[in-house]
Amino acid sequence: MRKILIVGATSAIAEATARVWAQRGDKLFLAARRETQLQSVADDLRTRGAPFVGTQVFDANALDQHVSLLQAATEAMGGLDTVLIAHGTLSDQNRAQTDAAYAMDEIHTNGLSVVHLMGLAGEQLASQGHGAIAVISSVAGDRGRQSNYVYGSAKALVSAFASGLRQRLSKQGVHVVTIKPGFVDTPMTASFKKGALWAKPEKVAADIVNGVDKGKSVVYTPGFWALIMLIIKHIPEFVFVKLAL
Amino acid sequence: MAVTSSYTSWGRVLRPEHELLPLASRHAALPALPDGSATMLPYGNGRSYGDSNLNPGGALLPGRQLDRFIAFDPSTGVLRCEAGVLLSEILRLVVPQGWFLPVTPGTQFVTVGGAIANDVHGKNHHVAGSFGNHVRCFELLRSDGIRRVCSLTEHADWFAATVGGLGLTGLITWAEVQLRRVANPFMVTESIRFRSLEEFFELSAASEADHEYTVSWIDCAFGGKRLGRGLFNRGNHAPAAMETAWVPRGLAQGGDPHTRTVPITPPLSLVNSLSLKSFNTLYFHKQRRDVVSGMQHYRPFFYPLDALLEWNRIYGPRGFYQYQCAIPPERALKATRALLEAISASGMGSFLAVLKQFGAPASHGMLSFPMPGTTLALDFPNQGPRLHKLFEALDRIVLEAGGRLYPAKDGRMGAALFKAGYPRWSEFTSYVDPRFSSGFWRRVMEQA
Repeated sequence: MRKILIVGATSAIAEATARVWAQRGDKLFLAARRETQLQSVADDLRTRGAPFVGTQVFDANALDQHVSLLQAATEAMGGLDTVLIAHGTLSDQNRAQTDAAYAMDEIHTNGLSVVHLMGLAGEQLASQGHGAIAVISSVAGDRGRQSNYVYGSAKALVSAFASGLRQRLSKQGVHVVTIKPGFVDTPMTASFKKGALWAKPEKVAADIVNGVDKGKSVVYTPGFWALIMLIIKHIPEFVFVKLAL
Repeated sequence: MAVTSSYTSWGRVLRPEHELLPLASRHAALPALPDGSATMLPYGNGRSYGDSNLNPGGALLPGRQLDRFIAFDPSTGVLRCEAGVLLSEILRLVVPQGWFLPVTPGTQFVTVGGAIANDVHGKNHHVAGSFGNHVRCFELLRSDGIRRVCSLTEHADWFAATVGGLGLTGLITWAEVQLRRVANPFMVTESIRFRSLEEFFELSAASEADHEYTVSWIDCAFGGKRLGRGLFNRGNHAPAAMETAWVPRGLAQGGDPHTRTVPITPPLSLVNSLSLKSFNTLYFHKQRRDVVSGMQHYRPFFYPLDALLEWNRIYGPRGFYQYQCAIPPERALKATRALLEAISASGMGSFLAVLKQFGAPASHGMLSFPMPGTTLALDFPNQGPRLHKLFEALDRIVLEAGGRLYPAKDGRMGAALFKAGYPRWSEFTSYVDPRFSSGFWRRVMEQA
C-alpha cells in the first residue's frame, strides 16, 4: 500500500490517476485550492476503495505552506512514499505578451512553485532512503514555441529541475518521473477544438501509474508524443523561426 | 469562446452541430447560454437512439463530466453518485461487494441521469418495474438556479415529471439508488425455443413467478408458418451455495471479458434482407435441443452487445432506427402478430428483435414508457422513404391497440401518436425548463 500525496488533486489528470490508486487500495492525501471540489473528489475516492483520504486546502503559490503540507500528509498517512505534483494553469499566451506581471504569475504557478515543492519533497524522501516523485511537466517545455512559450518556459524549468533531481536522488533510493502529456481533453482545455492528437485523462493516468510503478524517467503520454517532440526539437532554428507552430 | 461540434445519437441518423457548455461541478450553477442558443439539453453517454438526446442548433450539457461517487453503504446497498456515472462503473464497484443494479437496460454504458430521464426498464420489469422505481431521491438543478431534492415524498410532482422526463425538466446533478443483493456475479439461465406467438405468451406467463429475468429474441424475417418463432431466455441470479464446477471456465471473479470494436463504418449497411434471413435461420437453430440451461457471468447475460463496442456502425453511414412499442395486454397478441406480419412482408428489419412482457409494477414518471402488456423492439437500417412508410403502417397498429412508442428509441414519431400514447403530456409541459429543449420535444410538440 502506497502513501501518496497529490498536489493539484482536483485537476482532471490528477483525479483520474487518484482513482486508479484508490481502487488499488493506496492511502491518499489530497491538496487543492477549491474546497468543495476537493471534498467531492475525496468522497469519490473513498467510495472507490481508498482506505484513507486526507485533504488540505492549499495554494501552491504560497511557498511558505509547502513544508507544512508535507508534514500534514506524512502525519495523516503515517508516512509518505509517493508525491504527484499536478497543479497548474493554462496560461493565456496573448495576455502574457502584453501583461508582464501576468506572465510572471503564470511562471510562478507552473514553474517556481512546482520546483520549490519538488525540492522539499526530494529532501524528505531522500532522508528516508526511498520514495517516488511524479511531476506533470508538458511537451510544451521541450521547445519554446510562439503559441505558448510562457507556459512552455515554466514547464522547461520543471523538466530541467526534475532531470537534475533525478540524477542526484537516484543514488539515494528516490526516483523522479517527469510526465510530459500532449493535448489532454480536460475542463482546462474545454474551449479547444479536439482532434486526433487529443488524449483522455484516463490514458494519461494509466501512463503515470505505470511510470511510477516501473520507475521510469521521462514519460511522454500518449507515447507518440516522444516522436513528435523528437522531430520538433530537431528542426533547425532558421526553419523553426519561419513556422507557425 | 463557444465551440460547436457535431454530436450524434446511437442510431447515427443525424449529426447536428451543438454548442458544448462544460459543467464545472455539481455544486456550480448551470452555465450561461451562448448568444444564439435558446436552449440546452443534458447529454449523457449518447445511447438514446433518435433525437431525444439531441438539441440541433442549441447547446448540450456534457453530463459525463459529473462522474463522481458520493457515498456507498455496503450494509444497506444505498448508492449516491453524480448523474454522469455509468452503470458499468457502478457494477464494477458494487458487484464484488455483493450488490447489483435493481434494474438494468440492455447496455451498461448509460449514465445514471440517462437511466432516470428515460426511466429505463430491463428483463425484470415484471417483478421490479422500471429504474425510477428504485431511485430514492435526486437533485434537480433548474436554469433559474433553483435546486430541488426530489423523491416520492419531497417535491413528488417534480420527481414524477423528471423520471422519464427526457432531460427536459432541468439537470439531474446526483441521485441515490437502492441496489439489490446478489451472492456472486453469475446467472442461472435457460434458453427455450418457441414456434409461435401463442407459445411465447404461454412461456411468459409460466416463467414470471419463478424467474426474475425474462426476454425473447424473435425472428422477424419470416412470415407464414414461421411467424412468431424465437428463443425465450429466462434467468435468476445464482444462489450463494454453488458448486464451483458450475462457474464458467475462464471467468475469474472481477475479471473483464474481452471486448471487440467495430473498427470502421462500412460504406453500406451489412444488414439487408439476405443477411437477415440467413442469420435468423442460423440463430433459431443455434441450440440443438429445445431447452438449454446453463450458468453465465452477468455480462453476457445482460449485455451481449456490449462485448462488441460501437456495433451500431454495422448499419453503415446512414445509420438506423429502432422501433420499440408497448401494447396493452388485451390487444397484445393480435397487435404483435399484425406488427410482425407487416415487418416480415416488408423484408426490412434486422436480427436484433426483442419481445418481452411488461408486468404490473407501475412506473412513477408522467412520461414513463413501460406499462402492463407486451413490448416489441426492432432495429431497421435507414432506408429512407420506404422505411418510413413501413413505420407509418406500424404506427397505425400501435395507435389502434392503445399502445405507445419509447421516446429513448424514437427519431421520427409524430405529435399525434406521442400525445395519444402519453396522455399526461400536457401536465408535463408545465415542468419543462424554459431554457431546455430537444429535437424530439420540438417535433412531438409540433414546434419548428
